Order: sequence, then structure tokens, then C-alpha cells
Amino acid sequence: MDTSALFDFSPLVQEFDKILIGFWSTIRLTVMSAIIALVLGTILVAMRVAPTPVLRWAGTAYVNVVRNTPLTLVLILCALGLSDTMQLTFSEDPTTNYFWWAVAGLSAYTATFVCEALRSGINTVALGQAEAARAIGLTFIQSLRLVVLPQAFRSVISPLGSILIALTKNTTIVIVASYLDAAAQMKQMFDDYGGTIPIFLGFAFGYMVLTLPTGFLFGWLAKRLAVAR
Amino acid sequence: MQIRRMGAALVAAGAMVAGLTACGGGEATTVLQKAKDEKKLVVGVKYDQPGLGLKKPDGTVEGFDVDVAKYIAGKMGVPESGIEFKEARSANRESFLKQGQVDLVIATYSITDARKPQVTFAGPYYLAHQDSLIRADDASITSLETLKGKKVCQVSGSNSWKNITEGTNKMSLKVEASLVPAGGYDECIAKLKSNAVDVVTTDDTILAGFAKREGSALKVAGAPFTDEKYGIGIKKGDIETCNEINKIVAGMWTDGTAAKLLEKHFAGTGLKVETTAPPAEGCA
Repeated sequence: MDTSALFDFSPLVQEFDKILIGFWSTIRLTVMSAIIALVLGTILVAMRVAPTPVLRWAGTAYVNVVRNTPLTLVLILCALGLSDTMQLTFSEDPTTNYFWWAVAGLSAYTATFVCEALRSGINTVALGQAEAARAIGLTFIQSLRLVVLPQAFRSVISPLGSILIALTKNTTIVIVASYLDAAAQMKQMFDDYGGTIPIFLGFAFGYMVLTLPTGFLFGWLAKRLAVAR
Repeated sequence: MQIRRMGAALVAAGAMVAGLTACGGGEATTVLQKAKDEKKLVVGVKYDQPGLGLKKPDGTVEGFDVDVAKYIAGKMGVPESGIEFKEARSANRESFLKQGQVDLVIATYSITDARKPQVTFAGPYYLAHQDSLIRADDASITSLETLKGKKVCQVSGSNSWKNITEGTNKMSLKVEASLVPAGGYDECIAKLKSNAVDVVTTDDTILAGFAKREGSALKVAGAPFTDEKYGIGIKKGDIETCNEINKIVAGMWTDGTAAKLLEKHFAGTGLKVETTAPPAEGCA
């Protein structure tokens, strides 16, 4: 067996600028989707604990449907179904259009996991807290916003970090939503240079550069912000 | 403690690599020698391209490349039962050859300067041309220049879009088309039919297969802009086998087999097949 292919890292150097562009796409996708998923997830969890049965039912239905659909299918629905077939486009420019459809799919999917993490956080808040909030005359929204959610968020920092890491890695399939990220660049390089292990290792390292600090940051935040009970 | 454990892991990993290297040795013989001695060959072909190499539900593979493989193997003394077909995807063709997992690759494998340092090419056995697949009612695309401003499907892990936007075509013409990425050709075809892209581009041999499958909705533009020299990939340095295969390929064109096989696989697809042998290239 020819072992030189095992150690030839030169394609990574030659295509370094394109690799950076690929990872920049990954970062933009992750950050945009994370922000939208956090907002959407918070709204969903408010629906799931709301006193109105219709809201509770709608939130539960959304979470159960989207969370149990493979992300690939969600993204294909966005790109091939909603954008291409039904002509619902964000922009005339295909790159911009598919970027936002990829973000839409990723955040719609990730929001369900954010919602469930937050719901478990709400369950850690002592019942007396919510009762006290209602007793001093706060409305449902006020008690959620001022008393329950702040404590819930602080107890689920670690799981939210895991969801963010999963989101970063989930962006590797946005090619099905017609958007190019680092993984698509890797596939292109496999074709140009042959599928060699160094290219794979280089990209695996690149993803770790993104996800490892995320993990450490959220671990540190979780410790710092933990609610002392 | 932790450091020591890391060290042990590294040593183990090193030993594994050394082990992999060690079991290489052994066979230094050429593919031609193997064919003559063992009457067996492993050939890498495509499994997903109608007309060229397609795996059928019953497990057999069919297509032009497959029949070329059978013809060449036959002339080297290997019976059809002695050929084992393996799926060669664009990304693994070089490593399959380097590691000896296949003896030959006959899988729409274009001879390019970038690949020559890694692979010895016999052939070319066919000269394909990159062309455009468009909607049948689209009269605006007639040549390479008219692709300007059109939406071109960019299949991840393929190079055909580069020939349009980066000017690596016969006319050396850089065409400013906007690229729409997609995961594979079937996705591109879906996008083409729903107007999300205007052009799907790759070799005319491959497009012909898709056009036939899709019926009257799509057509090949008939404006070729590259020459794709389909070669037979052999492990780098196996010149003996390469020379032998070149003789067999020349014979395939003179005895009429090539024309017969092209007729068999592309009749009715609208593909204008080449009728003469592509100019031979030496082995290196």
C-alpha cells in the first residue's frame, strides 16, 4: 500500500482560502440560526407552559412534529418545496435566498430542542416561585419573564451549549438546501485531490476549532451563572 | 498519569500505522500479469449513471463503461465471470487505485493534468463533451455565451461548473453565470424542472441518460464546450498494462465493437456519439 497519501497535507495549504470561506459560511449559518432558534425556542416554551390549552396544544404539536423529522427532510422541504416549487423566496439572488432558507430550516429544527431544554429548566424552578409571583399580582407573561425564565435559563446553560455544538455540526448538511458550507468544500476537495485522509483530518480539526471553545465557554458560563439553591 | 496514558495511545496509533504499511509489500506484479495468472480482475465503475454504469436491482451492473471493461478484460484473458465490479465514486477513484482495491477504473474518468501525477491513464477510449441540459421550451440557450446570467446547477463534488465560470473550456471563455449549489444531479434535475435553475451541466453522455429518463420535458442544448477524454485508470507506474490496454482500445474501435456498444447504450437518447477513435495518448 502506498502510504504517502496518508500524510500529504498540501491540499489543505493550497486551498486554504477556500476552506476559510467554507468555515465562514458555517459560522454565519450557526450564529444566525442560534439566535433565531433561541428566540423561537423561548416563544415555544412559553406556549407549552401557557394556561391556554390551544397554545399548549400548538406548541406541543410543533415540537413533536419538527423534532421527530430528520433535519435533511426539513431542509429539503425548505429548499425544494417552499423555495423552488412554491416560489417563496427571500431574495432574487440564489445565494442569499438559500442562505436564509437554510437558516430557517436549521432554526425551526433547533428551536424544538431549545424549547425542551428550557422546559426542563422551568421544572427545576420551585413551584413556590411561580405561586409567589402570581400572589403579588404578576400576570402569566410577567411571572414567566421576570421570575421563572431567568432562573430556568441559568440552570440549562450546559444543555444549551450542547445544542449549539450540535447545531454547528448540523450545518454540514445544508448542501441539500443549496447552500455551500465547509463540508461541501471538503467534498469538492475530495473530488479534486482524491479522497485522502489528511483533507478529512483537516476539516475535522476545523470543526473542533469551532466547537471545543463553545463547549468550554458554556461549561464556564454554567458554573458562573448556576442558581445557588 | 494522564500524560503517560496519552503517550501509550500515541505509541499504539504509531504501531497501527506501521502495521498498515507493513502489510503492503507482497504483490509487485502488474495488472496484466494478474489477469493472465489468476484470470481475475477488479474493476471500478460508476453505479449511478444510466447509460454508462448503473447498478440494477438484481445486483448486476450495465452500461457503456461496463461493456468496455468486459471487452478489455476479455482481451486480457479474463472471462466475464472473473470480473468483479466495485463502485468507484468520483471521490475515491484515486485512493482505490493507489491502495490496490481495484485493478482498473473505468468510470467516466476524464484524463486531466491534475490527475496524471497520481494515476496512469490508458486510452482515451471515448471523447465526451460537456454540454448543458435545459428545459425543452427554453430557446434562449444555444451556445456557451448564452449561459451568461443563467442559473447553473453546481453539483457539490464535481468540476463541470468550473469550466463555465472559470473559463477552462475550449473557447477559453469566462461566462458570468450564477451558481446554485446542489447535493447531486437528481436534485439539479428537480430544480431545473421547477425553474430554480436554468442549466444542468456535465458530460453529454451522462446528460443523455437523464434526458432519456425525463422524456420530453428536458433536452440537451447541443452546445458542447469541453473535451472529456475518458481514460482507464491504472495504478501509477504500471506502464506494461497501460500499453497493452491501449492496443486493446485501438482494436475496439477498428473491429467495430466501440460503435456497436455506443449504439446499444445511447440509441434513442439524442446523443451525437463520436464515430472515430479519440487520438491516442502515450502512457506515463
